[in-house]
Formats: sequence, C-alpha cells, structure tokens
Amino acid sequence: MSFLHIAIIAPFLFALIIPFFYKKISSVHTGWFVLVLPTVLFVYLLTFIPTIADGEVVTHLLSWVPSLGINFNIHLDGLALLFALLITGIGVLVVLYSVFYLDKDKESLHNFYFYLMMFMGAMLGVVLSGNLMVLYVFWELTSLSSALLIGYWYERKKSRYGALKSMLITVSGGFAMLAGFSLLYVMTGTFTITEIIAQVDVVTSSSLFIPTMLLVLFGAFTKSAQFPFHIWLPDAMEAPTPVSAYLHSATMVKAGIYLVARLSPVFSGSSEWFWLVSGFGLFTLLWGSFNAVRQTDLKSILAYSTISQLGMIMSMLGVGSAAAFYGYKAGFTAATVAAVFHLINHSTFKGSLFMVAGIVDHETGTRDIRKLGGLMTFMPITFTISIIGAFSMAGVYPFNGFLSKEMFLESMLHATDITSFNMQSLGVLFPVIAWVASVFTFVYSMILVFKTFRGNYQPEELEKKPHEAPVGMLIPPIILASLVVLFGFFPNILSHTIIEPAVKAIYPVSLTGVEHFDIHIKAWHGFNFPPLYMTISIIAVGVLMYLTLTKWQKIYAFLRLHKKDPINYFYDGIVNRIAPIAKKITKVPETGLLRDYLAYMYVFFIVLVGYTLFHFGGFAIDTNNVAEIPIYAWVLVAIIALSAILVPFITNRVIAIIATSFVGFLVALLFVMFRAPDLALTQLLVETVTTALFLLCFYHLPELRKEKTKPVFKWTNLFISIGVGALVTTMALSSLALGNKKPFESIADYFLKNSHDLGGGDNVVNVILVDFRGMDTMFEILVLGIAGLGIVSLIKLKMNGKEDL
Amino acid sequence: MEILIAVLIGVLFSVATYLLLTKSLLRVVLGTVLLSHGAHLLILTMGGLGLGSAPLLGEEASKYSDPLPQALILTAIVISFGMTALLLVLTYRTYKAHQTDDLDQLRGRLDE
Amino acid sequence: MKNNISVHTITRIAVFIILSFAVFLLFAGHNNPGGGFIGALMTASAIVLLYISFDLQTIKKVLSFYFPYLIGTGLLIAMGTGISSMFFGYPFLTQFFDHAHIPILGNVELTTALVFDLGVYIVVVGVTLLIITTIAEDDS
Repeated sequence: MSFLHIAIIAPFLFALIIPFFYKKISSVHTGWFVLVLPTVLFVYLLTFIPTIADGEVVTHLLSWVPSLGINFNIHLDGLALLFALLITGIGVLVVLYSVFYLDKDKESLHNFYFYLMMFMGAMLGVVLSGNLMVLYVFWELTSLSSALLIGYWYERKKSRYGALKSMLITVSGGFAMLAGFSLLYVMTGTFTITEIIAQVDVVTSSSLFIPTMLLVLFGAFTKSAQFPFHIWLPDAMEAPTPVSAYLHSATMVKAGIYLVARLSPVFSGSSEWFWLVSGFGLFTLLWGSFNAVRQTDLKSILAYSTISQLGMIMSMLGVGSAAAFYGYKAGFTAATVAAVFHLINHSTFKGSLFMVAGIVDHETGTRDIRKLGGLMTFMPITFTISIIGAFSMAGVYPFNGFLSKEMFLESMLHATDITSFNMQSLGVLFPVIAWVASVFTFVYSMILVFKTFRGNYQPEELEKKPHEAPVGMLIPPIILASLVVLFGFFPNILSHTIIEPAVKAIYPVSLTGVEHFDIHIKAWHGFNFPPLYMTISIIAVGVLMYLTLTKWQKIYAFLRLHKKDPINYFYDGIVNRIAPIAKKITKVPETGLLRDYLAYMYVFFIVLVGYTLFHFGGFAIDTNNVAEIPIYAWVLVAIIALSAILVPFITNRVIAIIATSFVGFLVALLFVMFRAPDLALTQLLVETVTTALFLLCFYHLPELRKEKTKPVFKWTNLFISIGVGALVTTMALSSLALGNKKPFESIADYFLKNSHDLGGGDNVVNVILVDFRGMDTMFEILVLGIAGLGIVSLIKLKMNGKEDL
Repeated sequence: MEILIAVLIGVLFSVATYLLLTKSLLRVVLGTVLLSHGAHLLILTMGGLGLGSAPLLGEEASKYSDPLPQALILTAIVISFGMTALLLVLTYRTYKAHQTDDLDQLRGRLDE
Repeated sequence: MKNNISVHTITRIAVFIILSFAVFLLFAGHNNPGGGFIGALMTASAIVLLYISFDLQTIKKVLSFYFPYLIGTGLLIAMGTGISSMFFGYPFLTQFFDHAHIPILGNVELTTALVFDLGVYIVVVGVTLLIITTIAEDDS
C-alpha cells in the first residue's frame, strides 16, 4: 500500500464523509470542503513530474487475487501522469466552478459531490493501475458514476434517458473490453500490462489477435464516443455543466483514448489496428464537426465538437501506429506527439468553453443560440474567455489549438507517405477529410462565440436580465484560458516534462529502442510548409461559410439530419423493442407468488440432490446397528406423524396453531427418549412461548379459509412435498448406512473426554455451548437480538399510515 | 429406531413442504415450524442415535449419547424460535395492513 | 379471567416457583441439564403466565426495564468475558474455572463460562420479553 494507492482510494473514502459535511455544516457550501482533496492530490502528483521526466516509471505492487493474476498494481509513467494531472487539475477547477454553479439550498449537493468523488477515484484508478482487471473494475465505476451524474436531476425525463443511454452503451463496451482482456490473458497468462507488452510476439502471432483487438476497441470507442457509439454524448449534456466540462469533455471520454494509447504497443503495426483507429477517428471527426454546425443548443454544439475532437485525437493515434510498422525513427511518431499535445489542449479550451456555456445558461436562463445574442456588452470577461477558447479550437494563431491543429494537418499529410496498408490508393483521403472537418470546426467555433455574444440582443426571449458572472465562477475558465494562451506561446514547457514521457509510455523503450524523442513544438516553420497553407485556406473558407450559413444550412434538412442523429433511431428502436420482451420473459418465472418460487427451489432440490445421490451410488439402507424400537416409541411417532398430517386439513386458525404446537411438544418427548435432557427442556419452553406468541398474534384475526384452488395446483403441491419427504428420508437412511460402513472417529469423544478437565463442567452440551463453541453461541445471541429488534421495528414503525405501499 | 425416525422426518418434511406451498400466510409460517422440527430430528438421527446415557458426566455411565448434535440443535431451536417470531410478526403486520393473508392477493397486479 | 382471584393467587405462587427454578437452571447448567437458554426461556414463560392471568400494565409495572438495553447489556457481558481473556494473552473467548471455598456454601466451582451464560440468559430474556410485550401492546 503506497501513497499512490491511497491517492486512488482517498476520493472514495472522502465521498463517504461528504453527506456528513452536507448535513452538519449546511451554512457552508459543501464544495468548499470537497475542493481540498483534488487540490492535495494535484499538488502531490505534480511532485512526480521530475521523476517521470527523467524517464523513470513508478510502480507499486499490492496483491489482491494473486491466484488469478489480479493485483492492484500502480504503474505511473508519462501517460498515466498526464491523465492523472488532468483528472485532478481540472477536478480542482470544476469543483470550484460548481460551488458557484450549484445552489447550496436547492440542490442535493451530497449526492453530487459523492458521485463526483467516486468518479475521480475511479478515473485515477483507470489511469494508474497496471493491471487490466483492476483497470476494468475502475472503468466500469467511471461508467456508473457518469450515469449517476447525468441523471443527477433525475426528475427530468431527459436526464434519465441520457443516463440510461450512456450506461447501456458504455457498459456494453466495457463488457466487450473485459472479454478482450480475458483473451489477452488466454494468450499471455497475465493481466499485468507491462508483462503483456513484453510478450507482444505471442499476441501478434496468435489467432485470437483480431478478435481481441476488436473487443478492446469496442470498449475504447464506446467510452470515447466514436462513431457510431457517439450518440450517448449529446444526451449526456443533461448533466450539470461542471460535470459536462469534467467528465464529458476533459477526462472520462478520454479514457478510451487512454486505453488505445496504453495498448498501442501491443496492437500497433498491424494494418487492422491502423485502419480501425484512424478510420473511425477520421470519420468521427468529420461526423462530429458536420453535425455540430446544425445544433442550436450551446452544450449540444460543444458535445458534437467534443465527439469530433476525440475523433481527431484517435485518428492521430491511428496514424502514429504506423511507426511500429516502419520502425520508430521514420517520423510517424510525430502523429502520436500531436495526439498527446492536442489531448492537453483540448482539455484546456473545451473546459473553458463548457464553463462559458454554463455561465451563459446560469445568467440568462437559456442555452439556445436562437434566443441568445448581443451578450458581449453584458459579460465582457466571459466573452473574452470564449473568444480565446473558440479561436483555439478553430486553430487560429496564437493559441495552443493552432499548434496542435498544424501538427495534426502535418501528420495527416505525412500519412500519404505510407506505402502499405492500401494507403497508396486511399491515403489521399486523410488530409482531405482533415481539411473538410477543420472547416466545419472553424464554422461551429464561430457560431459558438458570435451567435451568443454578438448579433441582436433579445431581452424578451431571456428569463433573466443578463449580467457578468460572479468572480468565483469566472476564475476556473480564466485559468484554463490563460493556459490556452500560455501553451500557445510557450508550448515547449510541456514538451520534455509531460509530452515526451507520455509518448515514451506509448512507445516503450523496451520495444522501440528509442531512448529519446526529440520534441520541439514551434509555430513558424517557414513558407515552405504545406500545413500553413491548409490553415490559411481553412480560415478563409470557414469565414466564407460562416457568413453564408443560412444559405447552405438547408442541406441538413435535405440529408434528414435536422431532427436527430440518425444513429439514434437504431438505439431507440433496439431499446424500445428489447425492453418489453425482457419484461415478458421475466414475467414467466417471476409470478410474484411465493408458492411458485418455493416450488422452483424444491423441484431443483429434488432433481439435483436426488440425481447426485443415485448417480454416485450414495443410496443405501443398512439395518445393522440400529437401536431397538420400544412400543411407546411406535405410539409416539405415530401420534406425531398423524398430528402433523392433520395440520393442513384444519380450517380453524387456533386449532391449527395448537396442533402444530402439539407436534412440538411431542418432539420434546422424543428428545427425552434420545437422552437429550437439555434439548427436551429447551424444546418444551420454546414451544410454550411460541404458542403464546402465535395465539397473541392470531387470536383476533379472521378464520383460515378453505383454499379454493384448482386440483392441478393441489396435486402438484402434493407431488412436490411427497418428493421432498421421500428424498429427505432417503438421505437420512443413506447417511446412516454410510456411518455404519465407514465408522469415522466422532469428535464427540473429544468433548466427552475433555469437558470436565478443560471446561470445568459435567454437562457436556452446556460446556460445548459456552466454552468449546462459545463463539457460535455469541453470534447466535447476536442473531436473536437482531431478530428481536427487527420485530420491534416491524410493529412500531408504521410508516405514517402508508404501510400498504 | 433410526429407520422409524427417518420415516417420521420424511413425513414432517412432506407436511412442511405442503404447507409452505399453500397460499395462506399462516400455513406458511406453520410450515416453517414443522420444517425446523424435521431438520432438528434429521441432525440428531443422521449420525446414528447410538443411545447411551445422557451426556452428563455426573452419570458416570460407560457410554454417552453424542453431545455435539445436541449442542447444535439447541442452538438451532433458539434460532428457529427467533425466526418463527419474526415471520409471525411479519405475517401479523401484513395481515393488519392488507386485511388478507392470501398470498395470491398479496402479489399485486400482474402488470406491475 | 382478568378478575379471577383463584387464578391470580395461584399465578403469584407459581410464578415465584418458576422463577426460582429458572435461576436454579441457569446456575446448574454447567453440570446438570439447564443453562442460559433454558433458564431464560423458563423466566420468559413465567412472565407469559403473568401476562395471561393479569394484564400488560401489571407486567410493565413489575418489569420496568427497557428491553433493548437488556439485550445490549447481555451481549456486552458475553463479549466482555470473551475479551477479558485476551487481556491475559489467551485467545478470544477462552474460559477458565477454579474451585473456591466460600463460607456457608462450601466448595464452589467458579467459572467464567457462567458469566458468559449469564450474558446469554440476559439476551434471551430481553429478546423474548421484548417480542411478547411489543406484540401485546400492539394488540390491545
């Protein structure tokens, strides 16, 4: 257990005390307490930068289920550190922002921060664990907390829809991923990531290589909202804006990217991996940016924009994977460098834009760009932030988005140099798609800023009179926007501290032999640099298209894209069809009648135990060595059996109870016969008290009715009960016979011998109870105590007369 | 003797099962009571009764009955007392709240 | 039956006898049939008898305990004997016994198991009475 383990567990533990803060210290916004944890974790993780920049990897081992190869190992390398810093760093800003965004009197903050901390711990677990199974567990926890946060305003139908959708899609992806991990285990015999990477040859030569890759990618694509699984992300925008900024743009949706990057060493170099990752990435980039333009809701634009940007990062990872095929010095690693750099940039500018959208929503009451406009004069600071964010996203100098966009364009142009994987014929598509998508990116970035802050001010459409947001709400986006500018001018403060270690984690030295990636990011490459002209043409065409927006926007209606994303029809169709069928299937066995459930259990009991007993020859009857039956025993047993059999036929409640008690008293007599005085006494007394209880409870209640049931019902019951009785008798006889055949030494002798000397008592039964098996007795009285309290609460708690519910 | 008791155990189990499968809650509770009687006898008999003196060392007998199943059953009797009481009160409350002890009516509507 | 003098008179005597027998069973348990469970159930049945011939108010007057505390006390006693053995370096719930000579009573065997059994006794009495009085209260 190291500090890094604690760092993962701390958010979960912290989550547990959040309700306490919320209840006890209600005068202070709970967020202020929560803020402490991500800050501490962020600062703690910052201290790792020098170590990791030196190329070291911090690992800590902690056994969990060693027999299955599942160990809670920490593996902190450049990639993990980058993500961990993003998670905690953006976490700090988002928590601070949420303090002002969520009203402390109206919102159930304990739920919000509980889920948020759960997410943070889970996400840290995903990026820091070095074991695939542990990674999977945390991965599913992020899906769960994400769904809970999307459904935070659960009284809204859309929130519930969005939560369910994200849950279904990401969890099914996670399930596929689990299968993929299991296949990796089948191939390599380990879940530890470094050990799997060490056995790359085994994996690539296996026939399971392609299925494993598909399964793992399915998990990554659903999480990172790649086409066609992207449909959950726009609906996830129902979550409070801090959540959207945090989970659905900066961190969780990047978990898929993380997974692809993390497993790149295993799968890179194959044409399938190259085409799947870059193909899906590019198409998602295009689809996302194309669809973002038609949106009218600020957060929907941002959602599609996030989809498109995730696709962009994915495609860069895909192109970068060609490096594995061509040897790592051929320059394809530049695409991977660009991917890592853009990942950081995206978190900064998209985070600030989400926060701006939240501010606009908070201060005007709407996010609809048809109602907004002319807010520039009311919120100058917000406007400035959004200008920085949006221009960075559009790829305009001097912001960090410009740098990574140029690197992206360069790597796409470079992709045409690839001479294998059918790239000779199809390679030209890469820069073309990149260019088209970038134009749309430019257009929606402009829509985002200018439709909101310029244009006509329409006060009649707004619920509130707009004004600048409180300072606390502005600080987080200002910090992010400053980072956008800072990284724009000085990108190289990242290159050796964060980016190079991350790239080295994606292409480990052990595999590539490359000790040092020379990363130097610069804005100006001279005039002989094709991406420069691409950027210029993107801006030119983008401006033209933005100005003529109304002219060509009809194309969406023509393509039938104007209502909702067509993939949604598939999703809704499937869910709406499956749910009723599932309900019907569940209804068949689950009738809600106790008798049916018991009947299943009994039938299974008879079949399974009966089969085992007879199949393995356990059945035997042995009449040797049995005790004599005195006459009175015959009589006693006959009376017990008779009175028991009578019970079901009695319709008088009191008589039925007394008949049952009668059986109990006679059983006490049997105990006397079997030389068990303690048992006989206990049985007599218990029976007395129970009978009193029965009569207390049922004296005033109406009579038992004669059961009106179909004969089939009765005969089935009879059949099952006779079966059970016969089987139990058989079991009893067989065990007797077994005891005679193989007389094993009874532990009774030990008790009988030592009771006096060790226990100090002559009543062996009592000595066993209080001394030899004292622990059992203690738990027994504990159970009894719980039963007593249960009974009291059953009677005393009357749920305000709503007990029928 | 053991065989006779084995048959009795079978009878007790049969009746208990039959009661558990009926639709009246009270009969279900009575069924559990009979079931525990059956189970206690089963534990006592399964290892052979081997009748000796009661396991009280003061008797100074040459052969004692097995004390361990007795201790087990003593615990079981007390636990089943607690369980019966809980079930009883549950039934009683259900009865008071719903004015019926018919499980068929208690299961609610089918379309739920 | 609530005003039946003969029942009341007999009950008074019978309850006294039953209760003394219950205490006897509790202490005799280690060497003869009896013990915490049996003693407790015997005590409880004595009180059930009281309830049947008198009424709930009378019982509440006689036994003004809050039964959940009784359960807790019993559990603490039982657990305490277990833990106390740990102070002397023995495993949890190790029991000890010794013979002591006490005036009047003569040679008496003292065991920690008896204390444990007393805990059991208190818990079982507490639970049984708690159940009976709660149901009776709800019924009336």
